[in-house]
Amino acid sequence: MLIAEVGFAEATWILVLKALVIFAAVFAIAPVLTVVERKILGRFQARYGPNRVGPFGLLQPAADALKLIGKEQFEPHGALRFLYAAGPALVIFSGVATLAILPWGDVKGGVGFYGIDVSIGVLYFFAFGGLSFYGLLLGGWASGSKYSFLGAMRSAAQLISYEISMALALLGSIMMAGSLSLTEIVHAQDEVWFVIPQFLGFLIFMVAGFAEANRAPFDLPEADAEIVAGYQTEYGGMRWGSFMLAEYLEMFVISGIAATFFLGGWRGPGPGFLDPIWMLVKILGLMFLFFWVRATLPRVRYDQLMSFGWKVLLPLATLNALVTAVLVTVL
Amino acid sequence: MANAETETRQFPYLPDSDVVAVQRGPEPGGIKGAYRVFGETLRGLKTTMARMIEGPVTIQYPEEKTAVYPRFRGRHKLHRFEDTGLEKCVGCSLCAAACPADCIRVVAAENDPANRVSAGERYAAVYEINLSRCIFCGYCEIACPFDAITMGHDYEMADYNRGDLIFTKEMLLAEPLERTPLRTADE
Repeated sequence: MLIAEVGFAEATWILVLKALVIFAAVFAIAPVLTVVERKILGRFQARYGPNRVGPFGLLQPAADALKLIGKEQFEPHGALRFLYAAGPALVIFSGVATLAILPWGDVKGGVGFYGIDVSIGVLYFFAFGGLSFYGLLLGGWASGSKYSFLGAMRSAAQLISYEISMALALLGSIMMAGSLSLTEIVHAQDEVWFVIPQFLGFLIFMVAGFAEANRAPFDLPEADAEIVAGYQTEYGGMRWGSFMLAEYLEMFVISGIAATFFLGGWRGPGPGFLDPIWMLVKILGLMFLFFWVRATLPRVRYDQLMSFGWKVLLPLATLNALVTAVLVTVL
Repeated sequence: MANAETETRQFPYLPDSDVVAVQRGPEPGGIKGAYRVFGETLRGLKTTMARMIEGPVTIQYPEEKTAVYPRFRGRHKLHRFEDTGLEKCVGCSLCAAACPADCIRVVAAENDPANRVSAGERYAAVYEINLSRCIFCGYCEIACPFDAITMGHDYEMADYNRGDLIFTKEMLLAEPLERTPLRTADE
């Protein structure tokens, strides 16, 4: 069979409906997250953050979007026109595509509350995560600017260094659940959330996730102190906005994957219709961790990033996977 | 200042009681380093969270204002006698002479005994302060023999035209808006 068998029993209209609901919900949340991050970051720095536009500054994303849309779509002289435009599109495409596998609730009456439940499960997430780096790479390279190029190269190196640790960190949970399907993995956490037996895996996944989402302290691809804004340097207007939105989407998806694999996914007290709410609460809690770490840690040096990824994170992740494998076999 | 004891010391200088060893941090890197980094990260997270719990210290300026001290040197005020309502300024131009920024212009005129303007023999027919030049040093206040000019508490003087910053006698005599809160004794 060419397509995965688990989720495709559903009718096409259900799939379309689910896609629209998830898409609309996440795209309603993502702009709010931008202002929430700025407000939380402000609180961490003993200031208020944006509070001028609308009540509590909540209309700030609308003002930002209006400004970005109104800006000129310029292109640098040395840019490769098609690839320059394709970069942000690719990033936002892969960000949205990964949203599909997050399970928001249990399968009820043959309909699961997720975009798709592919049998390759989490590999889908890594495939599109890798694809999003193509967006950064192409965008940075096609800008025809040295800062963009440096940022793009850094993002490529960072991807290679951290995606392995990230996958190995999830391997423990996958082995304990005995399935790649995210729904099955949540079901396997009936008794205890995997964050307890897989605490090291959770830590490694989150740290690698910070690097994967280009967030502080691993935001080297856009290190503004050294390389202006990295791959974003030559972008403006809504193309730059796409990069920003994709960054938030990526954070959202990584938090969602972490919630699914380690924090019991949609599980929580209360009736079944609260499942998506619990999932959202867990995702937002993990995103708060992203903001908290950003407010706390300074950006690491490039060699520190590399040596930490290869010499610390990768051995720890491998050890975690090995020990889990042995324990799963023995017990 | 070399005393005899240090002069006798020969090369190689052996560690002495007055030698202080340089404190060095632990070697970076490795699993041990990662463990230490993890601990320090938690400490950092605690610090930032404590700042969040303390709450913002920002003053939302146009809505909230910092109280100024009584001796704050803001915009000048000219004064009248409270009982007679006559101007204290007698147009002696000592303030203009004391002004290092040369921003005060005084033109004196003789008082008409039937219709007095000031308590003295003469009065200031023109009294202008160019606030775009004023450096708020307060020398005019010190120079004035009659306490006719003092520095107020008003510091919000932004305007759209330079010409509007030349304050005339009427503006300086008028009750200032007092947009600035004053500190209380315990602040």
